[in-house]
Amino acid sequence: MIEYLQILGQEIYKIIFLLIPILVSVAMIVWLDRRVWGLVQKRRGPNVVGPFGLFQTLADALKYIFKEIIIPASANKVVFILAPIVTMTLALIAWAVIPMSKDLVLSNINVGILYLFAVSSLGVYGIIMGGWASNSKYPFLGAIRSAAQMVSYEVSIGIIIINVLLCVGSLNLNDIVIAQKDLWYVIPLFPMFVIFFISALAETNRPPFDLPEAEAELVAGYQTEYSGMMYAMFWLGEYANILLMCAMGSILFLGGWLPVMDIYPLNIIPAPIWMISKILFLFILFALIKAIVPRYRYDQLMRLGWKIFLPFSLIYLVLTSSFLFYFDKLPKVNF
Amino acid sequence: MIIHSIFFYFFSIIAIFSSLMVITSRSTINSVFFLILDFISVGCLFIMVGAEFLGMILLIVYVGAVAVLFLFVVMMLNVAEQKQSWFIGKKSTHIPTGLIVSVLILLELLVVVGGWKYKEDLMSSSTLVLSNVSNTHQLGLVMYTDYILYFQLAGIVLLLAMIGAILLTFRERVGVKKQSYINQISRNPTTAVELKDVKSYQGVKIDD
Repeated sequence: MIEYLQILGQEIYKIIFLLIPILVSVAMIVWLDRRVWGLVQKRRGPNVVGPFGLFQTLADALKYIFKEIIIPASANKVVFILAPIVTMTLALIAWAVIPMSKDLVLSNINVGILYLFAVSSLGVYGIIMGGWASNSKYPFLGAIRSAAQMVSYEVSIGIIIINVLLCVGSLNLNDIVIAQKDLWYVIPLFPMFVIFFISALAETNRPPFDLPEAEAELVAGYQTEYSGMMYAMFWLGEYANILLMCAMGSILFLGGWLPVMDIYPLNIIPAPIWMISKILFLFILFALIKAIVPRYRYDQLMRLGWKIFLPFSLIYLVLTSSFLFYFDKLPKVNF
Repeated sequence: MIIHSIFFYFFSIIAIFSSLMVITSRSTINSVFFLILDFISVGCLFIMVGAEFLGMILLIVYVGAVAVLFLFVVMMLNVAEQKQSWFIGKKSTHIPTGLIVSVLILLELLVVVGGWKYKEDLMSSSTLVLSNVSNTHQLGLVMYTDYILYFQLAGIVLLLAMIGAILLTFRERVGVKKQSYINQISRNPTTAVELKDVKSYQGVKIDD
């Protein structure tokens, strides 16, 4: 029994040392997002609090903590309080399987990519629960929109993952990274990378697909009735999800923690730094797109998901598998 | 093993409790939430016995897609207000139907489990090798070799069900203007603007 408690203690220690950097980097990433957004629009962005405005998010968080939490009188209280907690928890538990280097991973499970996919598909519950429990028109419309949107784009993300898995032959995230030692999958599967990126934008409700929180029509969508710390939790969960999608993209297509090339000055840089720089690269693309692309109309969004991405990724799946089969490059299983 | 059994009882108690709550809770929305909790705890039980692939697929398919649609429908139809009449004590037709269905399911389960007991080679497969191959690989090896016909047939049945559902709900609406992207993109300044001489007291007809 004491051994188990010791193991438990060690795990909790590890989990805390995983969670703190993630929460700090989520705060930093919010700052980066606003900064890039500002620079594209020829503004300065947040630059007052701390050096380069780095502590802006901390100041915001402090403000949220001291604000009053208002629960609408006609809301379903339990679900209303549960919704931001679900969003935040789901955004954080997915990080348990993200490998930062060959050994630096909390749990290296066999079905890592399925776990990531499952957790990211559960993310919709926080939004639906929040929208429904608010018992108000705009949050409900936002929740309905986001449920339909996320379910639609998960389908194409699933098929893109199958494309990568066909080339790897394993569901383990470290195996996926190691399989890209010679060639990152962004080169042979470039169209899939583009579709994954756009689907990730839709999956995380980022502009140009931020219809669930379209401020011109729905005030703030599903988070209209939320205030104070509960709003902040939605907000942090959203950004943690965006970071997670970036990490997933860099593992599936950009070679995860592998260096750009396995030559002398590049391969002495530690693996986590490569991983972080790839995540940051994808995140800056996310931020740029937020600043330069106008919002989609809802029927256009659905059309893009079901009529363009789904058939295209299916056709590419057939192409990939026929290529691998014809040139006898299908991954072999060792018994 | 103590920790293992503690976790097992934890998940199974939650599973049984939430499945009871699904049928007894008064608001439909709560039923769906308990159904989701049930799916998640059953998924955890799957993972505990080593069927990690099945557990994850259960999470992805049932919790990530099916239950979302359930929740969607329940919220859209606003059946949350309905009271389940049998709970209050009135007579209803749900109980006999439910009993027949559950007895049938019980019989089917008995047949399946009894089949394993009687004929032990029923579940053995020529291609299944129980070595250090991962769970996912083993499933694939069995499913795409011995049972490929059944696998494909199941897929066709599901496809037919999907086409049937689409056909049942499909209706062509009249008087709806559709956006044609090809027409929109292939417009150019010379064709987009048209000058018309308007005769007085006659006007022009604008067609689309």
